[in-house]
Amino acid sequence: MTEDPRPTGGPDALQPSAEVSIAAGGHSVSAMSRVGRSLLAAARMETFLIVLLAFVVWWGVKLSPYFLTWSNFGFSIQAVIEISIMSLAMTPIIITGEIDLSVESMVGLSSCVLGWLWASGVPLEVCIPIVLAVGVLGGLFNGFFVVRWGLPSLVVTLATYALFRGLGHVVLGSTVVTDFPASFTNFGFGYVPGTNVPWTLFVFLFLAVVTVAIVHGTWIGRQVFAVGKNKEAARYSGVRVGALKMALFAVSGLVAALAGILLTSRTSAATPDAGLNFTLAVVTIVVLGGVDINGGKGTVPGVILAVLILGTLKSALTEAGISTDYQNVAIGLLLIISVVTPQLARLVRELVDRTRLGRRRPAHDPAPGEVVR
Amino acid sequence: MSEGKPMTAIEGATVKLAPPPVALVGVSKRFGATQALADVSLDLLPGEIHGLVGENGAGKSTVVKVLAGIHQPDAGTIVLDGKPVLIHGPAHARSLGIATVHQEPRLFPDLTVAENVFMGHAPTGRFGSVNWREMRRSAHVFFDSLSVSLDPTAVVRGLSMADQQLIEIAKALSIDARVLILDEPTASLSAHEVDRLFAIVRQTRDRGVAVLFVSHRLEEVFQLCGRATVLRDGRHVVTAPTSELTAADLVRYMVGRSVSLFPRSASKIGDVLLDVKGLTRVGAFRDITFSVRAGEIVGLAGLVGAGRTEVARVLFGIDRADAGEVLLEGKRVRFKTPSEALRAGVAYVPEDRHLDGLVAGFSIAENVSLPIIPRLFPHLFIRGSRERNLAAGYTERLRIRSTGVGELIEALSGGNQQKVVIAKWLATEPRVLILDEPTRGVDIGAKVEVHRIISDLAASGLGIVLISSELPEVLAMSDRIMVLHEGRITAEIPRAEASEERVMFAATGQNAEETHSGA
Repeated sequence: MTEDPRPTGGPDALQPSAEVSIAAGGHSVSAMSRVGRSLLAAARMETFLIVLLAFVVWWGVKLSPYFLTWSNFGFSIQAVIEISIMSLAMTPIIITGEIDLSVESMVGLSSCVLGWLWASGVPLEVCIPIVLAVGVLGGLFNGFFVVRWGLPSLVVTLATYALFRGLGHVVLGSTVVTDFPASFTNFGFGYVPGTNVPWTLFVFLFLAVVTVAIVHGTWIGRQVFAVGKNKEAARYSGVRVGALKMALFAVSGLVAALAGILLTSRTSAATPDAGLNFTLAVVTIVVLGGVDINGGKGTVPGVILAVLILGTLKSALTEAGISTDYQNVAIGLLLIISVVTPQLARLVRELVDRTRLGRRRPAHDPAPGEVVR
Repeated sequence: MSEGKPMTAIEGATVKLAPPPVALVGVSKRFGATQALADVSLDLLPGEIHGLVGENGAGKSTVVKVLAGIHQPDAGTIVLDGKPVLIHGPAHARSLGIATVHQEPRLFPDLTVAENVFMGHAPTGRFGSVNWREMRRSAHVFFDSLSVSLDPTAVVRGLSMADQQLIEIAKALSIDARVLILDEPTASLSAHEVDRLFAIVRQTRDRGVAVLFVSHRLEEVFQLCGRATVLRDGRHVVTAPTSELTAADLVRYMVGRSVSLFPRSASKIGDVLLDVKGLTRVGAFRDITFSVRAGEIVGLAGLVGAGRTEVARVLFGIDRADAGEVLLEGKRVRFKTPSEALRAGVAYVPEDRHLDGLVAGFSIAENVSLPIIPRLFPHLFIRGSRERNLAAGYTERLRIRSTGVGELIEALSGGNQQKVVIAKWLATEPRVLILDEPTRGVDIGAKVEVHRIISDLAASGLGIVLISSELPEVLAMSDRIMVLHEGRITAEIPRAEASEERVMFAATGQNAEETHSGA
């Protein structure tokens, strides 16, 4: 899905037409093999995810006859809407080889800022842009230390993970703001009239389409992959690595703040504890979706599939009467499995290659000392 | 794997008295797509210096690393005193009596000479504490026996490269090594230091140690070695006594055919494109002044570490200069990032194509378009056809062999990869092209092609700066040669007056009186 499958293009302005015609024969073949190869690679990971999804749904149906109904579908999506959109923003960050652990605390901070502003009498249409701006600032703060000071994002965002949550407590204290107007809270848990489609689903769909387009369709996405695969080569090629990362962290902060607003709306409560443990779920989704935690590899459609898996899994676990604490155990296990599986696959492949190589070698090579050519 | 033949002697030249202390039998090693070694056999005899020669990428370093325990062979065996062994790691190799001196000394800079020599096997007193007095004394005795005057209590930091190399050798001999491997030990030494090193290596040989001497300087091999082995493309080509070989033979074995010289067509020299005045970066280079005209190839020669790459990095905006100025077509420029340099028309083909030049996992097309992709698609969205056509134009022009521009870069041979790097920078349509070791690690055929490309580019009016450690390359390609030694320009030699000797003298700082005379 990362590749443009069109095998040939129209006449091109950049090259003399003679060269284009010479090249045409060669590159249609290559385009085929390219698309074939990436489809194959994608198929392997995404087939695995679809099988996993089917398994979770099957389990859910066994637990409850109502599992596979529209109302439950709407409910399932709504329950994971915040971590879903945060996963989309996290995907390009992890592809560049960085990580943002502070997102869940930004959810808490934005919820607190929203509650505090609202309680101070600021109208909502003013509150929301301010909260989103706080998210961007938080993201830039992360980016500043990662880009300008060259600190590892793991450490920087672990620090802001504590910092943002702490700021939330400072802003709101121990109070919980709950007196939001119905027009605001309806968006969070309301449905499109006459259907079982929650409003928030549109937010996710919109952001999913935008993310797929940017990551897989534009040169910005190409630069994201280039940085993740070889940062130095990208820098030598004129990619502004610092600016790119800065922007990704800012977007991550912005989306986390949006998630904070959605969560506040859905639960009708602004609290410093909003979004606890979200980071675990977000990183799990991204890695389960096939994004290499070391950067350079991954697809957004894979991440979207992983969102569906986690959503249905949580729903099934709830159906089975398993509490949130134990659900976190399941998510943690899922994260480990999704990190280990590709490593295990690589190990097996290497072992197979090596035994095959060992068998093949003697037949191919000339006797020792033979003068070649 | 066990062919039964422990070694290969050419025309029965070797009389076998005892099993060789160490031998490679049919050793193969592969790194990804590259077959670094294919069925290489080699034996080292006590009291003999064995030369190992080959072009860059022929597999010399891999042989060294296999013997040193850094790499384990995929196939074949290492035979030690007639018995096959598995060398698990560098420490295991040392305990087996195989000592290796790598090209770059790997010492602890903040410890003393004696501490470095006895690292890991210091003489101990009672209760296992280090007996410092004994350590210094034995280091002294040791250096005396080699007739070297080195203070065992001196700290290593600040010692010359040559001294550090001697410490490495002393370290090797202090473990009673029976096999000593020297990996291009003369690469950064002056002529006098080389003589001293050779004397010590000969003494070591006379003690009955088997020495493997890796070098690409043929005259050194003839001076020092009893036998020589030539590798080419990871394969064993020949092993013979040096008395039965001539330099021309060795070169022929190394390249596999008689060398044709690089094509360099004359180009019309135009206006000054790049003007560098008094450029200085503290700790790297000082007062560098030169200019490059349109259609001109200016060679930057010098030994490893002379500051050539450092100059290039400043010109390309990776590092910042402390003093001096750079004029591009008469306008003063001060690049803060490579992207600024690219936009101004300066491109840099980096020394290490794997680290800095290419993105593994990207196709040829994706690599070629990377520097210009924002310019190519101003509306953000990539059009695959346009990208592929761009790349196809360059693969055609540079004759890059592949199954198509969608092929992954790591599937290509070294030479073709290098051409993709060049294609990538040509796509930026530069005015000034800086090439840093453009033919390193590529086979001879690709080398000639790269030279043809460079020559054509100059003819089309580009200003080219060519950095190369291979003297014949610099001599054949350059219109003028600037020689650097320890961060300073020690000579500027026009094409007509250039000779290997003259460049080498300047590169080793031996004729400081011959200063350059401004462009």
